[in-house]
Amino acid sequence: MLPSSAPLHEALGLGGFNFDNTRRNQVLGAQGVAAPRVKKTGTTIVGVVYKDGVVLGADTRATEGETVCDKNCEKIHYIADNIWCCGAGTSADTEATTQLVSSQIELHRLATGKAPRTITALTMLKRKLFQYQGNISAALVLGGFDCNGPSLYTVYPHGSTDSLPYVTMGSGSLAAMAVFEAEYKDAMSVEEAKALVQAAIMSGINNDLGSGGSVDMLVINKDGNTVLRNVVRPNERKFRKAGGYSFPKGTAKVLTQTFTPLSSLPIDVTTTRSPAAMEVG
Amino acid sequence: MSSFAGRELLNPANVMEASYDAGTTLQQDNGLNFLGKEVDTGTTIMAVQYDGGVIVGADSRVSTGVYISNRASDKITAVDDRIYCCRSGSAADTQAVSDYVRYFLDQHRMEYGQPPKVATAANLFQMLCYQNKNMLTAGIIVAGWDKEKGGQVFALPIGGALMEREYATGGSGSTYIYGFCDAFFKPGMTKQQCEDFVTKGLCHAMARDGSSGGIIRMAIIDESGVERKFIAGDKLPYGPL
Repeated sequence: MLPSSAPLHEALGLGGFNFDNTRRNQVLGAQGVAAPRVKKTGTTIVGVVYKDGVVLGADTRATEGETVCDKNCEKIHYIADNIWCCGAGTSADTEATTQLVSSQIELHRLATGKAPRTITALTMLKRKLFQYQGNISAALVLGGFDCNGPSLYTVYPHGSTDSLPYVTMGSGSLAAMAVFEAEYKDAMSVEEAKALVQAAIMSGINNDLGSGGSVDMLVINKDGNTVLRNVVRPNERKFRKAGGYSFPKGTAKVLTQTFTPLSSLPIDVTTTRSPAAMEVG
Repeated sequence: MSSFAGRELLNPANVMEASYDAGTTLQQDNGLNFLGKEVDTGTTIMAVQYDGGVIVGADSRVSTGVYISNRASDKITAVDDRIYCCRSGSAADTQAVSDYVRYFLDQHRMEYGQPPKVATAANLFQMLCYQNKNMLTAGIIVAGWDKEKGGQVFALPIGGALMEREYATGGSGSTYIYGFCDAFFKPGMTKQQCEDFVTKGLCHAMARDGSSGGIIRMAIIDESGVERKFIAGDKLPYGPL
């Protein structure tokens, strides 16, 4: 029997999302209590299909409100060796969603004994996001290479998907799409595709204040994947003090010192109920 | 659209954003906030039945607020070999519903031992759209061919009603061409006349409705199979008949 007081998903040990505090937070919010800031990837992510594969790209800025909280985060997530996924939105949600699908895909690969397909990952992602009705803030660009060749999709937080030869997502998607609309050609070479993706991400980094940091890229084709981490670093620190900073002992003056021996503290002995002894026979 | 009172109320992401929207430039809702806005197929869709088949047509614009997130989408979705649907409303909702219908029809075809009827598909759509009407924004036209009744068109507007029609229009752009359809639809048109009726109607709706545009996609469905056509955005037959 399930304890009737516990929420069903907890009782079943299913984990998942919990919206118990939503109403409370709304009331507190209305009374002027500031809600905590969620780490978000105000992002530029893109993907392009080329002659024999796909190229994915992402910037590396993560923000909390208007603060940059990570200057070099990774937004191109692993699903399988031949399927990768760029994530924009709340980084906890993109991370959790892609990890979950990655795990399901691996189990599916072991069960079927076949290389996973991009459309399978897409279906898993869209079902998950539709189930949560947009409450999972994950806007994704999914790219992969399987027995049907290269494929590229976008997935929106509410669970709708699109399939296109070139796609952009995130707050910098307009800046990146402008580059794609001007420069995209059918059946590009890898080098052309990489240059185009790089230009699109740079456009996001330079023109969108939610995006920044460096350019990450990833190429997927029939031979596997090539991770191109930080291929362009336009925002690297130019100057570092030689030898770093060191402070001699005593730089911070000790004003007072007190010593409290452990034995002088009152001891709080709480007894925990010991589990029932194991019976044998 | 963001018309679901319950859904918006229970969206913690929105609760959070509302509180730190004040004073920040990053989270301004200027219609470009891609996380908050649902993808919406503000659309024009049409279907006409003729002797021996049906023609379905749609524009290709998909928007997220004021941003066109897909300018060449395919809103004509196959749920069986000769049964198609035109989707309007929430992209996520209509994709989910048509995925379910395709799955149910696949199973039904195996039990039934022959291709399903268009009416069966339409009733499955109605079942899902009516029973979940509080959670869906889906305006769908179901059209196809079966050997009992030939070409058929079923309109399934947002509340979940189901009605068989000689022709149907839907989506935000359809309001601009009610007059056109009243004036120029006549029963018993040939296949070519129907095709002209669809392309003319769609292109005039796309010209007047800001949420419709791009290219025209069509599917002509009859006993011999399905023929897919499209008309490029700069080749639309806009103008007098």
